[in-house]
Amino acid sequence: MTAETKNATNALSNLDLETPEKPYLDSNELIINMGPQHPATHGVLRVILKLDGEKVLGTECVIGYLHRGVEKIAENRTYTMFNPYVDRMDYVAAVSNGLGYCQAVEKLLNVEAPPRANYIRVILTELNRIASHQLWLGTHALDIGAMTPLFYTFRDREEILKIFEKYCGARLTTHAFRIGGCQYETYAGFEREVKEFVAFVKPKIDEYEELLTTNRIWLERTKNVGVISAEDAIALGVTGPVLRASGVKWDIRKALPYANYSEFDFEIPIGENGDTYDRYLVRMAEMRQSLRIIEQAVERIPEGPIMAKVPKVIKPAAGEIYHSIEAPKGELGYFIVSDGSTQPYRLRVRPPSFVNLQALDIMVRGLLVADVVAVIGTLDIVLGEVDR
Amino acid sequence: MLNSLMSYLGSSVTPGEAGNQLWALIYVLIIFTGVSVAVIAMNWLERKALAHFQVRLGPMRVGPHGLLQPIADAVKLLLKEDIIPSEADKFVFWIAPLIGLLASFTVYTVVPFGPSQAVSDMNIGILFMLGVSSLGVLGIVMAGWASNSHYPLIGALRSSAQMVSYEVAMGLAVVSAILMTSLNQTGTGTLSMIGIVQAQQEQHVWFLFKFFPLGAIAFVIFAIAMVAETNRAPFDLAEAESELTAGFHTEYSGLRWSLFMLAEYAAMIAVSSIAVALWLGGWMRPFSHWLSGGAWDFVFSLFPGLTFLGLAAIAIRGTIRMPKHSLFRIQTIGLGAFAAVLSGIGLLLLGIAVGARAGDHVALARSADALNNVYWFVMKIAVFMYMFIWYRATWPRYRFDQLMSVGWKVMLPISLGVLIVTAIVGVIVG
Amino acid sequence: MTPVATPFFFYLLSGLAVLGGVLVITRRNAVHSALALILTLLAVAGLYLMLYAPFVAGVQIIVYAGGIMVVNIERTVKERQFNRIWPVGLAASGALLVLFVSVLVKGKALFPERGLPLPEADNTQKIGEMLYGNYMFAFEIASLLLLVAILGAVIMTKKKI
Repeated sequence: MTAETKNATNALSNLDLETPEKPYLDSNELIINMGPQHPATHGVLRVILKLDGEKVLGTECVIGYLHRGVEKIAENRTYTMFNPYVDRMDYVAAVSNGLGYCQAVEKLLNVEAPPRANYIRVILTELNRIASHQLWLGTHALDIGAMTPLFYTFRDREEILKIFEKYCGARLTTHAFRIGGCQYETYAGFEREVKEFVAFVKPKIDEYEELLTTNRIWLERTKNVGVISAEDAIALGVTGPVLRASGVKWDIRKALPYANYSEFDFEIPIGENGDTYDRYLVRMAEMRQSLRIIEQAVERIPEGPIMAKVPKVIKPAAGEIYHSIEAPKGELGYFIVSDGSTQPYRLRVRPPSFVNLQALDIMVRGLLVADVVAVIGTLDIVLGEVDR
Repeated sequence: MLNSLMSYLGSSVTPGEAGNQLWALIYVLIIFTGVSVAVIAMNWLERKALAHFQVRLGPMRVGPHGLLQPIADAVKLLLKEDIIPSEADKFVFWIAPLIGLLASFTVYTVVPFGPSQAVSDMNIGILFMLGVSSLGVLGIVMAGWASNSHYPLIGALRSSAQMVSYEVAMGLAVVSAILMTSLNQTGTGTLSMIGIVQAQQEQHVWFLFKFFPLGAIAFVIFAIAMVAETNRAPFDLAEAESELTAGFHTEYSGLRWSLFMLAEYAAMIAVSSIAVALWLGGWMRPFSHWLSGGAWDFVFSLFPGLTFLGLAAIAIRGTIRMPKHSLFRIQTIGLGAFAAVLSGIGLLLLGIAVGARAGDHVALARSADALNNVYWFVMKIAVFMYMFIWYRATWPRYRFDQLMSVGWKVMLPISLGVLIVTAIVGVIVG
Repeated sequence: MTPVATPFFFYLLSGLAVLGGVLVITRRNAVHSALALILTLLAVAGLYLMLYAPFVAGVQIIVYAGGIMVVNIERTVKERQFNRIWPVGLAASGALLVLFVSVLVKGKALFPERGLPLPEADNTQKIGEMLYGNYMFAFEIASLLLLVAILGAVIMTKKKI
């Protein structure tokens, strides 16, 4: 046992665990290291589980296996140079990360992206939201044991990645936006392809739902599993679909509209019970809402410039700024302190996955090992973003 | 020796009953080889079918359409380093896969491929099958414990608890089928596998349709319980990949691991054969009573040959559609040869069927009969095998406590109820 | 059917049973003991077969070796504890010893000279007739006892009902 494991184990035994009154049959408590090499921890998350048989008495997350020091790197790069790094945080929603960063710096510089750029941004970000949710659905279902949805979602996610590839040459770490707008004009046939994609993916979402939504086993595995109340969720700072599934109507696209989200007509799907099934339904509904936004945006996309007037050397005045957007996983915020030089003095990211992961412990206590997997899946964490 | 070899040929009972050890050995060898080949084929089929369920191609590289993939896998597994964890209990670790394998292969002694196509016909056949197949879980528990690791241990505990709870419902479902065998003039039933099929033959009905829907309910319960019994999706908790990495065989690799796989698939075939013998009329061909008569017998006896010809046709189509490129030449030749072999077997089987119809050669007629019996039995098992794959592609995995509550709170009461109602109806009607 | 009840098999099976029994009490490892016990039970099942009691043999395998031992092993694996109750064990084995010795000494008087030749083919049917005919009452009493045992086990293990 390494010193690290010992420490973690000690920390666990210090946890204020609800010990059952003197057990009638003496059974050993089992401490299991789930991860960092585990098929269902979505990367390199390590969860130390304290088990009584199969019942979870407590958990402790050990993170940092994918820590690359993104925030520190920012302090040694110019604003423009740092832009591609944010793609590497939540690598399944790279476009959203880029949007948040670019808008934060734009706010710092006091520039506005032109309308056409905003439309392109919204279309790509919403496409990315669908891609992120599809990946979530596939892996989540796989964790619960349904293999097939994974392949269906990957098949359809491919279409989104193709659009990204055609637009900016990259599929995953897109670096789609620049500070002040977009670098690339849309390619010929962009609108048509997006429209085609919307028509293509609508029945596919129904297909996923057909496999899962009314599936008896799926219902049993997800209903009343990993319940988190609205109060708890707010107290822990949980955001995104996890918060909305608990019945809180909080979506930054509506609450603090950025880009030009205020121009679109869409709804915020919310759940009631805050269980895994509600989170599933919320995300499924969100995919449909995203399609609605994309449809409207593609219809109304104006002509015009795609770049605002931004100086060649970005040198914002001293000051600080916080800007957050609704990433697929929740509130993604950038806090930038500028000392007037070309590099940020301090850059802090508020990653939704990291904050949401806090809820794991209260969500799985008293449940079974199999539920831990389901709850990790339903939190939709990306370790690149948790560890940064 | 030759005498004892030939002496059995004329008899119409199993070698076990005839007391002919030599033929029993031959049957054992045939069944062992057959099951091993079936497991290999099943391995390929599962990967292929699962892939097609999931919009992908599956193995395509080793041989045409990956036909040689199982062989490549087997070679890989045999050549792999055999690792025994240093903290493991070496003896138990070593013997666990063997127990699993032994249990699942011993069951085949009483599987009735035909009225005389079984190694032996035991008086307690079904009891023997259930008992021995339930020993297979011992191998799993021992493997999980001997690995001296947490995930295998949890997998083993899950597996044993699961087996114990599903065995009960399974047993009760089986009893209701056995009850149906006693609905004859003498009023005595039988536990012998061959006897159970013969009872269906006498009553002119598969027990699946007897006292509809009673037989069907018992059958469905057995069909669910047998999936749980063999640790297959959606009841594959013991090896739940996303939870327990690989469950009870996490620490196993190479040959030992492949023994577990062999045991698992052999057990799947074994429990399917119980279901086939008890509810689906065993070796009887479909509509054997409704479409009876020599002409219909002949038509149905053509099926084995036609099946092979159909497979050959698929292989020929594949050969024709193979890319015309020098890189694919060997593959094309291989697939063509495979098609030729398949069609050869098909023609041989057709020849036997036609020959048995045309002339009155006793040996030919007997072998045509035997072929038919084995064919229909295997075909019915194949349906179950397909269902196993289908389940795996479609459903999420049950959680441990849900599995137990389904077993104890749903299946057990229903199977008890079916048993009681079957008994009552049997007394009233029979 | 040719008889398999040759002395060779008898000595083989009883040797295995005794070996398993010895291993059960000498192994320090609880799981090893349990495995040895399974060996014993299977050997005894074989002995039943030799006595032309296939049904009892089958039930022995399915209930003891298959069901009870699995539960047993599960518990030993889970608990990893072994209780030593010397006085009770000694008393029980002493009583058994007395029984065996008395049977050995007065065996001839206790049992008839030759057992009836049991028909192997309808053994199961005969057992059924016995259980549900002649000994119905004893059978029902036994099942009632088991029912009580089940309820007791449920009450004992369930912390809160």
